[in-house]
Amino acid sequence: MPLLEAKGMGVDFGGLRALSDFEIAIEPNELVGLIGPNGAGKTTAFNLLTGVYAPTEGVILLEGKNIAGKKPYRINNMGIARTFQNIRLFKGLSVIENVKTACHAHMSYGILSGIMRLPKYWREEAAIHKEALELLSVFDMADLADVNAGNLPYGKQRQLEIARALATRPKLLLLDEPAAGMNPSETQLLMDTIQLIRERFGIAILLIEHDMKLVMGICQRMVVLDYGMIIASGKPEEIKNNPRVIEAYLGE
Amino acid sequence: MKKAYAINAGLVLTLFAVITLLFHLGILNRFHNGLILLVCINIILAVSLNLSAGFLGQLVLGHAAFMAVGAYAAAIFSKYITGSEIGLSGTPLLIVALILGGLAAAVAGIIIGVPALRLRGDYIAIITLGFGLIVQSLINYFRTYTGGAQGLLGIPRLTNFNNAYFIVVITVLVLVCLIRSRHGRAMIAIREDEIAAEASGISTVYYKILGFTVSAFFAGVAGGLYAHYLAMLDSRAFGFSYSIELLVIVVLGGLGSFTGAIVAAVVLTLLPEILREFQQYRMLVYAIMLIAMMIFRPKGLMGTYEFSVFGIFDKCKKVFVKFKRKGAQ
Repeated sequence: MPLLEAKGMGVDFGGLRALSDFEIAIEPNELVGLIGPNGAGKTTAFNLLTGVYAPTEGVILLEGKNIAGKKPYRINNMGIARTFQNIRLFKGLSVIENVKTACHAHMSYGILSGIMRLPKYWREEAAIHKEALELLSVFDMADLADVNAGNLPYGKQRQLEIARALATRPKLLLLDEPAAGMNPSETQLLMDTIQLIRERFGIAILLIEHDMKLVMGICQRMVVLDYGMIIASGKPEEIKNNPRVIEAYLGE
Repeated sequence: MKKAYAINAGLVLTLFAVITLLFHLGILNRFHNGLILLVCINIILAVSLNLSAGFLGQLVLGHAAFMAVGAYAAAIFSKYITGSEIGLSGTPLLIVALILGGLAAAVAGIIIGVPALRLRGDYIAIITLGFGLIVQSLINYFRTYTGGAQGLLGIPRLTNFNNAYFIVVITVLVLVCLIRSRHGRAMIAIREDEIAAEASGISTVYYKILGFTVSAFFAGVAGGLYAHYLAMLDSRAFGFSYSIELLVIVVLGGLGSFTGAIVAAVVLTLLPEILREFQQYRMLVYAIMLIAMMIFRPKGLMGTYEFSVFGIFDKCKKVFVKFKRKGAQ
């Protein structure tokens, strides 16, 4: 059974058909690329998968359970985490607080034990402090734990956003153009990090990226969108030579 | 960690002892007593408003209305108890009345918070503004219970410095511990970025309503204290201008800083009294000070900084280490 399966997923915004008949199946620990020109509907697909919008038709199955139309935080609790195209960090908080905030759902002490600081509070807080530091050290950011997230350099902010998404302990991670605005060497570093995450945490990753050449290198499978429709899907080599993909990217 | 608690408890008790001593020595008189009680009430209002406005990031324009709900609920209750056969009086009666007042305000908070906070955006500002006006009209309408425009008289005078001081301490303690738990982190995350908070697995609607309700609860407690300090209530006291005054205190102290809210509440409650000698220029000086403050410290007195005993130790240590290094060179 695939980890995530979307069948016939589509959405209308008023009269505008933003996405139609979107089909995807992601196996556990698979790295899938979602590409397409500007305005093709890639981020819309992400927003549907994570519950920001409810699809007007179709089903989304996460481990066999339909999650279409559920609230974003419920979907996150069920195992899908995401990052955003325009970075959305908690800029006023320190790096480690950003990560700890995302640990919220797998802590269980109640409001009263929080206020009265019962033993459970200390135990769980100590545990997530350790967990957050470990997660940051994967990204070589443990020494930046107390820095204000808004003061981090751009590349580090992107990495912190990924770390925060991982802190929710997802089974599937959705990365929305993580390389946007990065220079070639930063991009290469990021791609290495993505590979590392997949191996180390054993999770599946769905990656949106503009740069075809880049995703070709790391993705096992790709889905190409144009004008809200899937125009091709398959292995990178197949995609590279697909005439419809070439047309969408280069024009006739 | 235990040491920090002991030091903080020590400081709190010392301040209490000093003020009590000053009363006994006659340096502080009855006029000062009233002023200090007003300071206590404003501190509770400021820190509770800071929870919804500063930490949750919701613009609340009707905090005084929640105070009014709590004040009338607590006052009507204690008036009834005092007139009945139930032998409850003094501070125990006050505490029960305050909890009741707080709960009444919290229920009001849930009623207006649920529809407004389910949406993203500044609806809560408009709704709380309207709520403030509605509460005043309702108080005037239900004359038989609230005394209407003539005011509610004959409330037992139960608030004194001893109980007010410790109610302030408990309020601040509860709110600080709430904010420093996972629940508080969830609320701050909503202020920072609501969409990201939701995507990080936090139920933003739940925490917005929770924070708003807790804030309303403590506004109700402050209202109860106020009612049992003045021994009479007048709906005009809880108008829009008082809500704005409270918002000014919180913004001036620093949105998201309990220390700032407390300092600003003390300063801005005492300032009009200190400026009494300027007579008609009083409000002018007050306004100029506010404007100057916003120009020179736009993030408020404290920003989001919190005072802590250990924080000061740490800073001294860092300076000392730097000094030593310079000496060694």
